[in-house]
Amino acid sequence: MANLDIVKPENLVYQKSKVLTDAVMHYCPGCGHGTAHRIIAEVIEELGIQDKTIGVSPVGCSVMAYNYFDVDFQEAAHGRAPAVATAIKRLNPDRYVFTYQGDGDLAAIGTAETIHACNRGENITMVFINNAIYGMTGGQMAPTTLLGMKTATTPYGRDQKLNGWPFQVTELLAQLPGTYYVTRQSVHTPANVRKAKAALKKAFENQKLQKGVSFVEIVSSCNSGWKMTPVQANKWMEENMFPQYPLGDIKVDGELVKK
Amino acid sequence: MAKELKLMKGNEAIARAMIASGTDGYFGYPITPQSEVMETLMAEKPWETTGMVVLQAESELASINMVYGGAATGKKVATSSSSPGISLMAEGLTYLAGAEIPCVVMNAMRGGPGLGTIQPAQSDYFQSTKGGGHGDYQLYVLAPSSVQEMYDFVFDAWDIAFKYRNPVLILTDGAIGQCMEKCYTRDYVPRWTEEERRAKAPWGTWGKPATRPHNIITSLELDSARQEVFNQKLQKKYAQMKEEDVRFEALNCEDADYIFVAYGTSARICMKSMQLAREKGLKVGLLRPITLYPFPTKQIAELANRVKGMLCVEMSAGQMIEDVKLAADCKIPIEHYGRFGGIIPTPEEVLEALENKIIK
Repeated sequence: MANLDIVKPENLVYQKSKVLTDAVMHYCPGCGHGTAHRIIAEVIEELGIQDKTIGVSPVGCSVMAYNYFDVDFQEAAHGRAPAVATAIKRLNPDRYVFTYQGDGDLAAIGTAETIHACNRGENITMVFINNAIYGMTGGQMAPTTLLGMKTATTPYGRDQKLNGWPFQVTELLAQLPGTYYVTRQSVHTPANVRKAKAALKKAFENQKLQKGVSFVEIVSSCNSGWKMTPVQANKWMEENMFPQYPLGDIKVDGELVKK
Repeated sequence: MAKELKLMKGNEAIARAMIASGTDGYFGYPITPQSEVMETLMAEKPWETTGMVVLQAESELASINMVYGGAATGKKVATSSSSPGISLMAEGLTYLAGAEIPCVVMNAMRGGPGLGTIQPAQSDYFQSTKGGGHGDYQLYVLAPSSVQEMYDFVFDAWDIAFKYRNPVLILTDGAIGQCMEKCYTRDYVPRWTEEERRAKAPWGTWGKPATRPHNIITSLELDSARQEVFNQKLQKKYAQMKEEDVRFEALNCEDADYIFVAYGTSARICMKSMQLAREKGLKVGLLRPITLYPFPTKQIAELANRVKGMLCVEMSAGQMIEDVKLAADCKIPIEHYGRFGGIIPTPEEVLEALENKIIK
């Protein structure tokens, strides 16, 4: 059977979301950003909110996320996405507003904006990509870098005495009364992608309830920054990142999940 | 809100003018000497009348970035602060200018450097007109010298901000912010409807309909050739401001031998000094720049052809004088007189300075 005989509408089992543009993504092969983008776009499409969604991108590898989502998008200064999104939502309360930030952006330079947007209970969705490294600037230490982990600025491994501890910002944010849904997911296996997509869908749908921030952390690999193959990076992530950043819901419907 | 004559503080005038001019949102952080702006707004509760949103942010970094977010959706969004807070906002201001987002920012200057003092000063002229943040950008800078101008300039600022898609800075000081004067208020200009917002800000991130491509608000352009073209576009916009929107006030300049050049509070002092000089038979005038950017360069150049000297009076070490000297092109003696750290000069000492430094 020739290819042309197969490529027919009735045989279609999967296609790119209409909410993604045709722009070629600049992300490294093996990176989680592309998958995270795709499932966010699918959620926007499935909820039928493309014309009501406004995204805010960070400074970091995903700075140009606006090129890939076919929704209105604003690029924030480093760390300021939650402040930017706060005003977008307050001035346009019927729109769906989401931020998309990395660990350096959300948990280092933008910690104040993150905590206060969450504490005010802004009715926004915050997506947090945690790969424990600064990817765009060439693999320096992030607030979430693991102890002992080698980066460009911790060439002998992260030393607690010198650099402090890995920052579990998501657990901290779950303690704030302004967060309504807090979860930690990953996108490194098909099963995890499905779970992460369900979490994102809930996080977007929650905006209708007006009960506060819905926060989705996605623990992700950075095989370029970690200097591994994509397969090695996923294995390393499971063995080293997940013990420090365990997957699962942390807060659901405003209630902390009992472990 | 109707046309009335009221007694109010300069800071209160800014707040009331924001509501009356149909401003959609204000995001601020308390700092002396301008906290009355947000206090007035919170007491007035405009969200119950006009629908204006008012929010106290966690810092000036947050408040200016809230302005960036809200204003990018094509809404009329403003903030206010004082010198140390404006320094923190420098990042946001360059992003706003770089993404060409209209907004209004008020700076009630206080003495610096550092934490300085809470008393009035004019030492942020360089920061306001020469940058403040990084990159080749300009704010359109209005310098009110009365409570009435504080009120009126908010309305003017919205026209300019949307004409040029550029941030407008109302640069005042603690004296004008705190002093009480009579002020004529205006009839309420309704906030834009959804349709008006879409028409006035077709570039805004207000939600992509099927009929247009997605709107992107960013100041990032990694392609150097395109970044240069974008910078050239900005420079063209600034040149247009210089052509079309320079504002100044010339008092007694027709027959003057000597000219004071001063803005804001210093201009108010110089008005009295000018009166004292005229009583002594000295032909003294005042050129008051109302826009500090674009600067009234042509008017000063023209005056430099027919007066004997100019005294720049600023509550700073001499910042605006650089622009006055450039405009006058070394044709006549130009000197600076200033006080620092929250001291406002007296009319008598200003006149004495004119006599000692210029008239001799």
